[in-house]
Amino acid sequence: MTTIAQRFGPYGGRYVPETVIPALDEFAAAYDAARDDPAFRAELAGLLRDYVGRPTPLYRAERLEAEYQAGPIYLKREDLCHTGAHKINNAIGQVLIARRMGKRRIIAETGAGQHGVATATAAALFGMECVVFMGRTDMRRQRLNVIRMNMLGAEVRPVDAGSGTLKQATSEAIRDWVTHVRDTHYVIGSAVGPAPYPEIVAELQSVIGIESRAQVMDAEGRLPGTVVACVGGGSNAIGMFRGFLGDGGVALVGVEAAGTGISSGLHGASLGEGSPGVLHGSLSYLLQTPEGQVAEAHSISAGLDYPGVGPEHSHLRDAGRVRYVSATDDEALEAFGALCRTQGIIPALESSHALAAVAREGRAWGTKGPILVCLSGRGDKDVDQAAEAMGIDG
Amino acid sequence: MADGAARLREAFAAAERPLLVPYMMGGFPTLGASRDVARALGAHADILEIGIAFSDPLADGPTVQAAGQVALDAGVVPDDVIALAGDVRDGPPVVLMTCLNLVMAGPPERFMRAAADAGVAGLIVSDLPCDEGDDVRAAARQAGVAMISLVAPTTTDERLADVAKVAEGFVYCVSVTGVTGGAVSVDDDLAAFVARVKRAIPLPVVVGFGVQTPEHAAAIGRFADGVVVGSQLVRAIERDGLDAAAGLAGAMAAALRGDGN
Repeated sequence: MTTIAQRFGPYGGRYVPETVIPALDEFAAAYDAARDDPAFRAELAGLLRDYVGRPTPLYRAERLEAEYQAGPIYLKREDLCHTGAHKINNAIGQVLIARRMGKRRIIAETGAGQHGVATATAAALFGMECVVFMGRTDMRRQRLNVIRMNMLGAEVRPVDAGSGTLKQATSEAIRDWVTHVRDTHYVIGSAVGPAPYPEIVAELQSVIGIESRAQVMDAEGRLPGTVVACVGGGSNAIGMFRGFLGDGGVALVGVEAAGTGISSGLHGASLGEGSPGVLHGSLSYLLQTPEGQVAEAHSISAGLDYPGVGPEHSHLRDAGRVRYVSATDDEALEAFGALCRTQGIIPALESSHALAAVAREGRAWGTKGPILVCLSGRGDKDVDQAAEAMGIDG
Repeated sequence: MADGAARLREAFAAAERPLLVPYMMGGFPTLGASRDVARALGAHADILEIGIAFSDPLADGPTVQAAGQVALDAGVVPDDVIALAGDVRDGPPVVLMTCLNLVMAGPPERFMRAAADAGVAGLIVSDLPCDEGDDVRAAARQAGVAMISLVAPTTTDERLADVAKVAEGFVYCVSVTGVTGGAVSVDDDLAAFVARVKRAIPLPVVVGFGVQTPEHAAAIGRFADGVVVGSQLVRAIERDGLDAAAGLAGAMAAALRGDGN
């Protein structure tokens, strides 16, 4: 039996068609063996250093501190990873495992396109076939990333069902996996899905939190008072939080998408507004109708536009270890603009939600010690959409 | 009311040929019309399988997904489909097929009681493998609804032994590694798979996914206890109307009897 966590409190599990159960067992066993294999660890560490560009810098954002009258504020610069977001940490790790399992074909789902680009990149690096499922709406609003995936040799397969966003792309990827499970590895991009995915993705992303903890200690000689990250499926957040779960004095804050406002009903706040249910293979908080149909999420940020969330976040919510709040589209755009202007950094709209929470609550947090923000990705992909929303002419 | 597993057992005992299990999507093409579908297909059925549409199905191919979307768009809810099953309870035993979240939202105790009250004999939950859902299985047992297990060609012998511990009614063999609606290839591999399942689990074995023609049905009937025909009937209803679908079901039943061979 695998030693990889199957559940987080009551959440998680493997609620998938029987067809893919053996593939989940195989993946868990392969990861178990790999993580104990010094050769694998050395190869992954080497790739993270020389190819991804780790460790990513910790940067003190002093002009943002002045703007928000809070601080010190430290940004963990995952936006400086190769391909522009933390997603590559997971994609490289999973594709390495897939290669160990002898799989030749890689599939992925993507919302904002960052995970799709990261997976296409890793597949190109190892000469593997790659198909990325992406909702039609997301393909339109993240056109740059669609072009990048094509350039990297991946096939981007449009998903027309429903709202054409991450939820439908994930369902379609799982259906493809059910069909091609013998030769295909499904690289899930967030800490969601059936076990062992949430735990493996969290472990592969925990490099964010482990590095950050050491870097803040170096810079400040103390731990951060508050650590904040955006939460869609929640992989950058869980990767960051994993560095601090044992530090009881460190407040952890996850920021979900409030869309056009929680009361409008158009949002992605599954932890804030949802109830436990099963989507995409695991039990977790979920936006759903009273009958159990999964609701459509809404966010200006394609990466947060998801009605579910990783099961470990559900457990951390119930346990009270992490406080989950939300930020609206407008608040995120405001924070996006503020970081551009004050620091010369264009953040992803996803990460802008974490910054928006600092704008709102940072003054109070500052009294408890340094604020650490996971700047999970860069905003190049978002400039068209942000310019339009902000009324900026090209 | 006999319990669901017993009624399914009787259906297999009573049949003189491999069973025909037509599938229909509850609420497709409309909720009203699906009553006519249930009666027309039920006339040729030994067991009738009725789907409850879910927003994010993981095992459905394009045809069944699209039919489910029609039902969802029309506002069909699980209770409507359970009521539909109740309306046709004088026909062959009904098994419902759906995804776990709709059962959980019920919650399970209420869902199972409502299903049992409507005369439903069994339930297939496509995303509930054998080692999950103790609470759902307990609620089903309490209400007398048989929990029917799915197995796939990828299912190992070790796993089949686990399925044997929880399987009730009959075993649903997924003929292909894939979603519904492809084309089955009826070959030695499929026969060997069914034989492997029969050795592991002492229940009737029904084969589904990709059964498109009476010839498929007849060929599978030589080594299985029944066949499920789904996407092909949904497609026939959509393209050619209910009479054509009923005609196809009739031809499938005849093929399973050995007529016309």
